[in-house]
Amino acid sequence: MKVSQRQLKAKIKSILNRNNNDRGMLVSILQDTQAEFGYLSRDVITEISISLDVPLSQVYGVATFFKAFSLVPRGRHQIQVCLGTACHVRGAEKILDTVERELKIKPGESDPDLNFSLETVNCVGACALGPIVIVDGKYSGEMKIEAVKPLLDGCK
Amino acid sequence: MKRLSSITELETFRESIIKNYDQKKLVVNICGGTGCLALGCSDVIKAFTEEIANNKLEEKVDIRVSGCPGFCERGTILTIEPQNIFYQRVKRKDVAEVVTKTLVEGQVIDRLLYADPATGKRIVREAEVPFYTKQKRLLLAHSSQIDPESIEDYLRFGGYAALAKVINGMKPEQVIDEVKASGLRGRGGGGFPTGRKWETTRHAEGEIKYVICNCDEGDPGAFMDRSLMEGNPHSVLEGMVIGAYAIGSHEGYIYIRNEYPLAVKNAATAIKVAEEHGLLGNNILGSGFDFRIKISRGGGAFVCGESTALMASLEGKVGEPRAKYIHTSEKGLWDKPSNLNNVETWANIPLIINNGAKWFAGIGTVGSKGTKIFSLVGKVRNTGLVEVPMGITLGEIIFNIGGGIPGNKKFKAVQTGGPSGGFIPEKLLDLQVDFDELTRVGSMMGSGAMIVMDENNCMVDMAKYFINFLLGESCGKCLPCREGLKQMHHILTRITDGKGTLADTELLESLARTMLDTSLCGLGYSAPNPVLTSLRYFRDEWLAHVNEKRCPAKVCKALITYNITEKCPNCGLCVKACPEKAITPQGKKKPVLLDQKKCIKCGSCYDVCKLDAVLVK
Amino acid sequence: MVKLTIDGRKTEAKEGAMVLDVTRALHIFIPTLCAHESVSAYGACRLCIVDITTKSGRNRLVTSCLYPVEDELVVRTNTPQVIAHRKMLIQLLLARCPESKELKDLANKIGVNSTPFPIEDPAKYHNCVLCALCTRACAEVVGQSAISLVNRGVEREMAIPFFDNSDACIGCGTCSYICPTAAITMTDKKGKRRIEMPNNTIEFELAKCSVCGRYWLPKKQIAWMAKKSGQPLEFFAKCTSCRD
Repeated sequence: MKVSQRQLKAKIKSILNRNNNDRGMLVSILQDTQAEFGYLSRDVITEISISLDVPLSQVYGVATFFKAFSLVPRGRHQIQVCLGTACHVRGAEKILDTVERELKIKPGESDPDLNFSLETVNCVGACALGPIVIVDGKYSGEMKIEAVKPLLDGCK
Repeated sequence: MKRLSSITELETFRESIIKNYDQKKLVVNICGGTGCLALGCSDVIKAFTEEIANNKLEEKVDIRVSGCPGFCERGTILTIEPQNIFYQRVKRKDVAEVVTKTLVEGQVIDRLLYADPATGKRIVREAEVPFYTKQKRLLLAHSSQIDPESIEDYLRFGGYAALAKVINGMKPEQVIDEVKASGLRGRGGGGFPTGRKWETTRHAEGEIKYVICNCDEGDPGAFMDRSLMEGNPHSVLEGMVIGAYAIGSHEGYIYIRNEYPLAVKNAATAIKVAEEHGLLGNNILGSGFDFRIKISRGGGAFVCGESTALMASLEGKVGEPRAKYIHTSEKGLWDKPSNLNNVETWANIPLIINNGAKWFAGIGTVGSKGTKIFSLVGKVRNTGLVEVPMGITLGEIIFNIGGGIPGNKKFKAVQTGGPSGGFIPEKLLDLQVDFDELTRVGSMMGSGAMIVMDENNCMVDMAKYFINFLLGESCGKCLPCREGLKQMHHILTRITDGKGTLADTELLESLARTMLDTSLCGLGYSAPNPVLTSLRYFRDEWLAHVNEKRCPAKVCKALITYNITEKCPNCGLCVKACPEKAITPQGKKKPVLLDQKKCIKCGSCYDVCKLDAVLVK
Repeated sequence: MVKLTIDGRKTEAKEGAMVLDVTRALHIFIPTLCAHESVSAYGACRLCIVDITTKSGRNRLVTSCLYPVEDELVVRTNTPQVIAHRKMLIQLLLARCPESKELKDLANKIGVNSTPFPIEDPAKYHNCVLCALCTRACAEVVGQSAISLVNRGVEREMAIPFFDNSDACIGCGTCSYICPTAAITMTDKKGKRRIEMPNNTIEFELAKCSVCGRYWLPKKQIAWMAKKSGQPLEFFAKCTSCRD
């Protein structure tokens, strides 16, 4: 999604205002920014550093520390596989293997056409119903190997 | 809707809510928690809305999207008032029948009722379901009847009465004394006496003090805090206001992990609604006491559940912990005295104030008072949230409430305390669950995740799982944790690959000692616990891996082979299922052939075979 | 003043001092990597651990760089447990940075000359032990925050933003001076300064003194000094040796 420099500045400004221009809210600001732009590009990270008056090295350090943030463009569809202990005990690794085979990418990657991105998550709190796969925010519990392909066919 | 500016106004408002609540009206309470979301409850909710409209029942029936009733294994769960009918495993296709049969005709649908596995008898009322009868539900008491977005429901069940009591005439020191006398210990894992923490923060130097709620709940397998924050956020807010009053703080934070979007949403709504009603914000209930709460989201870092890392994150920095030789109660967020407590700890406060410290201290054991919510998950029949008094045994939780191990498998171990805890074997099942007992056997209470394992879980693999988890979550600041976890992971991978030696287990133990004694924070110094308890209680499995290159539980891929036996009638299911096309048919009535060189040990053939023809060696 | 005992010796210290300050004053050897008097204490390397027992009888291991002195504190800097842990920590470091002379010297000093852990490729970490002295110095002493620690856990490393943005770096070399393992090195040659960091090499043009003709500081650093001090650029035309 191409955004002009002016639009970018304006959007960042509104995100910062929403967060009271509070340096302490940097993580929340980065969350909102990623929600707005799809990922944290160099431009947005730099703009946040300038507008919030926080050293670029600190913003970059925070952006690379937290797993929630992606500094590379992500696919249109987000697929997350939970690898929490309860899910692991119920075979989440096998579900992940199946998802990897279907999508032909590994966690942290996106397909070349940016249709989908795959991530692993360390527990989404639906532990009683593992294994869990989340597609674009929609949760599917008690995932079985056979159910993976039909679930993912929706985003191919 | 009026802002309540006195305790009298609050009570009048509450009375009117209770009076106007039609006890006889039909209400369908549908669990809207993340767990049931994963089982399709949003479709169920939609279906009910449609069916009720189709049958022109809008005036007669209310739909309430409620908090989590805890019996996740049976989701989607409905509780129908006024009869308190309990329906479980409800799917979209069942809704039309529920509406016509139960709501209109007043009849109960047998197949949707819970069946007691021992007697086969169908149980109608929620209160009689064995999963619940053996629990002591104080915090989760009304979760299935409270709409988290409505303050009226919370008020109807006595919400904010504790706050009123405190503001009406308790001095801050009295509140602290009450919490101290109750014996409440932190529910996040540390188990530190809550009253004492409040007192230290109150007496710390400085005008500005912070009150923080830790909803980072990073322990995989734990979702108690999620359930409380999603399902009954006002109970947490009420606790925080009382705490802020006792400590002398006017600014609070709720730090919610990024992976809990519904908790963030419901907490934000609750704050807004509480403020509108004068129960939060400026001049609370006309008392002159101000307290505001802000929500801050995590960024996907388990280490941010550690209090100093959480506070660093609140300051816009990376989640690196710092030394706690000077406590955060003296110098915490922005170097100011800060009182951080877990969600469940905060939710206990209104109960203590309403019922008294003595009542609370009458529940539990000598060292651990009150109830604890556990998330019972893994290889257990009844998975979900279980609230029990401290002192109940592990066996009672897993077998009486949990219903034992499914599939007739044998219990092997239960893991408590998350990645910081340890594995507890069968011989210790009569251990009374409390802070000190769990620590005594090498594990810990932690946040309350209780993960059950059976004979098909490999205890070396489980140790490797936790080290792998922590490896990805370590902040990387201190040497023993960062490098220690890396080396532990190398060693464990070698062992599960069949390349380990006895010397490796000894090196693991040496590394563990250094990590335990020299790591900067709890992540590092408790990281060895799963490895050490696994070695302590399941040594024979480790010896099989290093001495015989064998995995007794048949889990470690490098140490197992999949084999097609003579039972195979060539049905072809596995041929289709194999992702590597390693299985080829050999002709009619002959077993198929599995090419071991191509086999990636994914287990797909084993999973699809309905004739037991795949043997794992 | 606070009265405490260190390795059996009774001594006094000002309130607010750290145990490490006191041991240094007493010339007791305690190995450190991430402690330096010019920057705030960090507590990352854990080498300075000591065994303490408080007045109330609580006994534990703490990092002396961050533990404030207390009345009646009993400190033991060389218990067998402390020594065993220091050895393990050094062994972990030797595996990480096998070619660092400083680490090998430190290892020798505490009686370690090998490591049971697999040796990393020296090019991987470039001798960096993640002590964060460089980043702390750049932030607290210089005030530029040109570098930071990025990523998390075993992937943590020191870098300039985006691994290519050296805008904020003025080439002062403070990071290379303070680095305990020579993971950052600085060379001035033929009018150019090269600062080599684990992930980047940054080059600066050096300014020539108008009097003696020697290349003395990066032009970028001079511009920064001019801005900070409010002095005109001409003031910095002469190197410090040639100024009256």
